[in-house]
Amino acid sequence: MNAIILSASLGVLMMFCSFLVKNKNTFRHIASVGLLVLLIANIADTYGYTMFSINTYGMLSFNRFGMLFNSIAIASTLIYVLLTGREIEKTGSYVAEYFTLIFFVLCGIALLSSYSNLLTLFLGIEIMSIPLYILTGSDKRNMKSNEAALKYFLMGAFSTGLMLMGIALTYGGTGTFNLEAAPRTFLYIYKGVASFLEILGLLFLLVSMAFKVSAAPFHFWTPDVYDGAPSVFTSFMATVVKAAGFIAFIKLCAVRMHETGGAVDWNMIFAILIVSTLLVGNITAVFQQSVKRMLAYSSIAQAGFMLLALISLNDIAYEGILLYSAAYSLATIGIFAVLVKMKDYTFEGYNGLSKTQPALAAANTIFLLSLSGIPLTAGFFAKYYMLAAVVKTGSYLWLVIVAVLFAAVSVYYYFRLIQSMYFKEGTPETEEITPSFKYGIIALAAVIIILGIFPSLITYWLYF
Amino acid sequence: MIALLLILIPLISGLVTFFTKSERDAKSWSLFASILVLMVAFAGVSGYFDSQLFFDTAWVPSLGARFSIGLDGMGKMLCLLNAIAFSVVFASAYQNHYKKPAEFYALMLLMQTGLMGVFLSTDALLFYFFWELALIPAYFLCSSWGGEKRIAVTFKFFIYTFIGSLLMLVGILYVYFKTPGHSFALESFYQAKLSISEENFAFWLFFIAFAIKMPIFPFHTWQPDAYEQAPTSVTMILSGVMVKMGLFAVIRWLFPVFPHAALNYSHVIIILCVTGMLYASFIAIRQDDIKRLIAYSSIAHIGLMCAAFFTSEQVGMQGVMIQMFNHGINVIGLWIVADLIENQLGTRKLSELGGLATKAPTLAILLVIMALANIALPLTNSFVGEFMMFNGLFNYNVWVAAVAGISIILAAVYTLNMIQKVLYGITSLATDDAGDITTGPKIMMIVLVIVVIVLGVYPQPMLQLTNDTVQTALNKFHL
Repeated sequence: MNAIILSASLGVLMMFCSFLVKNKNTFRHIASVGLLVLLIANIADTYGYTMFSINTYGMLSFNRFGMLFNSIAIASTLIYVLLTGREIEKTGSYVAEYFTLIFFVLCGIALLSSYSNLLTLFLGIEIMSIPLYILTGSDKRNMKSNEAALKYFLMGAFSTGLMLMGIALTYGGTGTFNLEAAPRTFLYIYKGVASFLEILGLLFLLVSMAFKVSAAPFHFWTPDVYDGAPSVFTSFMATVVKAAGFIAFIKLCAVRMHETGGAVDWNMIFAILIVSTLLVGNITAVFQQSVKRMLAYSSIAQAGFMLLALISLNDIAYEGILLYSAAYSLATIGIFAVLVKMKDYTFEGYNGLSKTQPALAAANTIFLLSLSGIPLTAGFFAKYYMLAAVVKTGSYLWLVIVAVLFAAVSVYYYFRLIQSMYFKEGTPETEEITPSFKYGIIALAAVIIILGIFPSLITYWLYF
Repeated sequence: MIALLLILIPLISGLVTFFTKSERDAKSWSLFASILVLMVAFAGVSGYFDSQLFFDTAWVPSLGARFSIGLDGMGKMLCLLNAIAFSVVFASAYQNHYKKPAEFYALMLLMQTGLMGVFLSTDALLFYFFWELALIPAYFLCSSWGGEKRIAVTFKFFIYTFIGSLLMLVGILYVYFKTPGHSFALESFYQAKLSISEENFAFWLFFIAFAIKMPIFPFHTWQPDAYEQAPTSVTMILSGVMVKMGLFAVIRWLFPVFPHAALNYSHVIIILCVTGMLYASFIAIRQDDIKRLIAYSSIAHIGLMCAAFFTSEQVGMQGVMIQMFNHGINVIGLWIVADLIENQLGTRKLSELGGLATKAPTLAILLVIMALANIALPLTNSFVGEFMMFNGLFNYNVWVAAVAGISIILAAVYTLNMIQKVLYGITSLATDDAGDITTGPKIMMIVLVIVVIVLGVYPQPMLQLTNDTVQTALNKFHL
């Protein structure tokens, strides 16, 4: 509860700052402090120190899993603001508003991690998405940014429509908006068979959620939007926001789809989604010339891996999705932080970076190794948990083998960037790189390695 | 404690080496560290510290993975080989100059850490960890300091082995969920309850990873290119130590875990190995580049070792054990000679060499001894191993032994052909003003030659050392 209310009020506070505080450079410091407060409040909430006791009439339910995800999301955002705050300032002239929108997105995320009613799911998705449409178009003199924002908005509106339709149909089928404890007698022909309306509604919901996490074949908006949006905001969208989509999705699956599992083989639908997502993401990423676009497709490919949790849905999968969110978000935030410092976004633009900026190149290498799932980085254990969860179910072993083969494909495009930085000659042009940025990015790389050796540093908090 | 030191010394010294400023510091520091590791390895082999060989502590408790390492007979032998290899490589590279020396030596030491970890781990997840960790420094070493086509070639090598190891990861997970009490420990893997069909399936997940690493025909295509393009110091490690990872893994993680599947498929694998031996030997005859020649000869030798192990004949398996060590020593010796020739004359093409015997007599003697060891002449260390392996193959099937035996003749053909073209005949443009080798490499080569001959005459300690590993593997069969 703390996270929802505080993030919304901090957003409002930032809005007031935009005309109360004259010095533009202070905004990001205020935002950082705000995020820190938010993080502490959320952790306090996890251990029962809630500041607000509000009766939500079963619309929200808080558990350790959602709280821990909130902490991961807020911490990632804090790191993101610390590393790329300067770049956010450079995007346009409404600096405080950008931070405001980021706080609102966090509010949506906090709703998504705790919804227990389809209406709060809808609210969360919308509160999270609408600020993103604005952030995408924040570079308003750039045609590509405008195009991306419009595309994102139209596609997003369409998926919202589907989602509402789905919610309405499931309501028709079950007679309740509640996620759990749907009265299974209402409109049921006989026990064990879900009604047609509910199944159709769930299918609609599945499509709209697949759209939000950019699973193929609902991914078409992703490359254009990620490419067109200002790089700093792409970083945010591709990491924290995407992970939040998964948290919402996994909850929906665990309850509603699990209950109707007798009527529809959801796992097979997920398997098809996973294979097509891995295929589209990995194969298309291989052919990209721009690092930013490659990262867009890589985010689709990584989504394919995260979707594996929907099939397994066991304790390993829950631990795994948290670890994956953290590992993937941190690594991608790091890569984007380096990316926004580059003048040329193509692979050639990175040629020879290890000579001019050895620290940046080394940290970037660690991020890329993490994304490809090499041991000693957080990414390895993230992938490991996902695979282990599916193997534990005892079926779908073929899916695991397909997934690891695509993980091997992903090495191709991640290592291409390493090759550019280390083994090719060139003089890459970068923006001015401050020592504090350098130390920040090295610290982030260190965190990824520590998580890669002791993954229980995150999963531990799920139980204590 | 011994086991922990074997990992910690190269790890810490490797990290320190990253921050050394001058080339001299990096070189002497890494040489010092590798000699320290060698001393610890000797202490481990000596038998005086047998109560100290194991180390075990919690690592990821929720997964049931432990940081547990330890040395058995085969582990001792391979750790010793690893320690010797790196000391020799650092000593022989002492006069070479590498750009960015700090990074080079640091990555070398990290590679040693990874290799040590592979030989020491008694926990499957830890084993996978180190298996990959040995690969990453190798990737950077070959891509940064290698030959002209290094980037593409090394990438092929990397992708090949990475696919293999990912399949192995799936295999590890698969077996893990079948173990009593879900644990990654070696002992529980040995007790995993797998039906025959499950064994057959999981066997291939593991075997492909190991076959790529060894490499076994038809998974070998990365190897000659990688050996040729890598800097020679790294090639020494790749062929002397890293390919042993594959064999080692077969012996420790494949055979005892899937004994039925191993028996089931032994025919297929032996036929693949023998095919690869002949194939590689024929190609080796046509090679003009010394490095490629040694690379192909290495494929043939590894093929023989793998085939002999899959016969599941005790004598053959014993032969494999000592041959793993001996092949490592011999091939490193050959690479050093190749490196000396290339550094001095600027070429390693057989067609451009000749007449070195008169110009560099010491080098010639050393090369001849190493080459003879490579074709397993009696009195050299390989003779014992190859004899035992062929004995095993013969007991298994006469025809297989006969066909594999052809590769011995072919080995003599290409090796003697190399000696002839390098040492005899008239001097060429490149060898006209060649001189003999200096004292440093001379001493090192003489040490290797002594090891070759001593182990050729008196292989008993080696056999005793690895007896327990062979017995473990065999016991699984006769259950």
